[in-house]
Amino acid sequence: MARVMLDGVGKVVSVALIEDLKVGDFVVIHVGYALTKIDPEEAERTLAILRELGVAQPEAAS
Amino acid sequence: MKYVDEFRDGKLARTLATEIASAVDPAQSYRFMEFCGGHTHAISRYGLEDMLPTNVQMIHGPGCPVCVLPAGRIDMAIQLAERPEVTLCVYGDLMRVPGSQGASLMRAKARGADVRMVYSTLDAIAIAEQEPDREVVFFAIGFETTTPPTAVAIRLAARKKLGNFTVFCNHVLTPSAIQTILESPEIRDIGRVEIDGFIGPAHVSTVIGTQPYEFFAEEFGQPVVIAGFEPVDVMQAILMLVRQVNDGRHEIENQYIRAVTRGGNVRAKAEVADIFELRDQFEWRGLGPVPYSGLRLKAAYADYDAERRFAMTDITAPDNPACECGSILRGAKKPADCKLFGTVCTPETPMGSCMVSSEGACAAHWTYGRFRDLQRKQAS
Ligand code: SF4
Repeated sequence: MARVMLDGVGKVVSVALIEDLKVGDFVVIHVGYALTKIDPEEAERTLAILRELGVAQPEAAS
Repeated sequence: MKYVDEFRDGKLARTLATEIASAVDPAQSYRFMEFCGGHTHAISRYGLEDMLPTNVQMIHGPGCPVCVLPAGRIDMAIQLAERPEVTLCVYGDLMRVPGSQGASLMRAKARGADVRMVYSTLDAIAIAEQEPDREVVFFAIGFETTTPPTAVAIRLAARKKLGNFTVFCNHVLTPSAIQTILESPEIRDIGRVEIDGFIGPAHVSTVIGTQPYEFFAEEFGQPVVIAGFEPVDVMQAILMLVRQVNDGRHEIENQYIRAVTRGGNVRAKAEVADIFELRDQFEWRGLGPVPYSGLRLKAAYADYDAERRFAMTDITAPDNPACECGSILRGAKKPADCKLFGTVCTPETPMGSCMVSSEGACAAHWTYGRFRDLQRKQAS
């Protein structure tokens, strides 16, 4: 079992389904279980691509 | 919340909307099915359809766990709960799901059946331990996300030799449902469900990975983009689908790369494979019997199988004939097409399963969509 913070509220969930979890990891929670870890690098990469879109000129319709 | 708020950023969502608008070919229509109820909910809640060009249409799919459970399985659960020795533990969503003839677990409870809402399978285990004189049955429903937690509970019960804990298993599989939608002749006959691509589920895919969808891209020529549950995720996935359609590609792309890998959650899949096996077929509300789409407990875990312990017999029961849930779950109709929507049928008094859970298309439209309908009507 592990303690997680959900929007500032502490909650205890099962981590039986996840391997090598460390304190400070981000996880996806469903029905009281952590289902998977969130990869912070991939999250940042997705956001970086999106933010680039924000400054780029919209492409012409093809 | 980290990695949530960023993906709820309205500005980013609008930028993506502009991007989608400039990417679409005005002469082409784009019909995308979001399989999963979580996406249906996000699309309604954030009004994403309003941000899309009119030729990009979202079709709601059957990925809402309580919606696809047929009335007969609810009737079976009610019969079980009415046994004096049984305590039935259920996820809260299930309480109001209509069985046949207006029956529900909520009504059964009001008549004295011992039905208890639990948040997690571990709560059901705790009840079984604390009340050894009760036959505690967990009413297990849902897709690949809720199956591993049920497996963990069964393994725990076996380890603790809990003789009074069983599971009424109704777990179903996402890929079989998608396949049925794509190849069922009946569904094709309706003619209205032309689909140009799928938004693949978020949580389900964290467990099964992207690999099971490769078949749909190859076999059916359908683009699939796995997407997270936040509005920015969904908009980005739609843009990715539009580009695939424009390029004539049909690939599996993963927008939710921060949580989903090709292989999924190996440990969770192993838990499930150890405890469950495929049923030859399982009935879905809206889709009918779907081959190899449901799970049951393996013989080695027969002691924990409620269907065996209580010699439960299958019940098939018709839905309320006026309810359009079936067509809505196949993507053939929209909630507003139903005569009962918002009049007889509301979340307080649901006549069909799609009005019960917040992931159901009717409930989502009731909560977030009907004011937009009204505004549109007034504007025209
Ligand atoms: S509005 Fe109610 S009765 Fe109509 S389809 Fe939806 S759930 Fe069924």
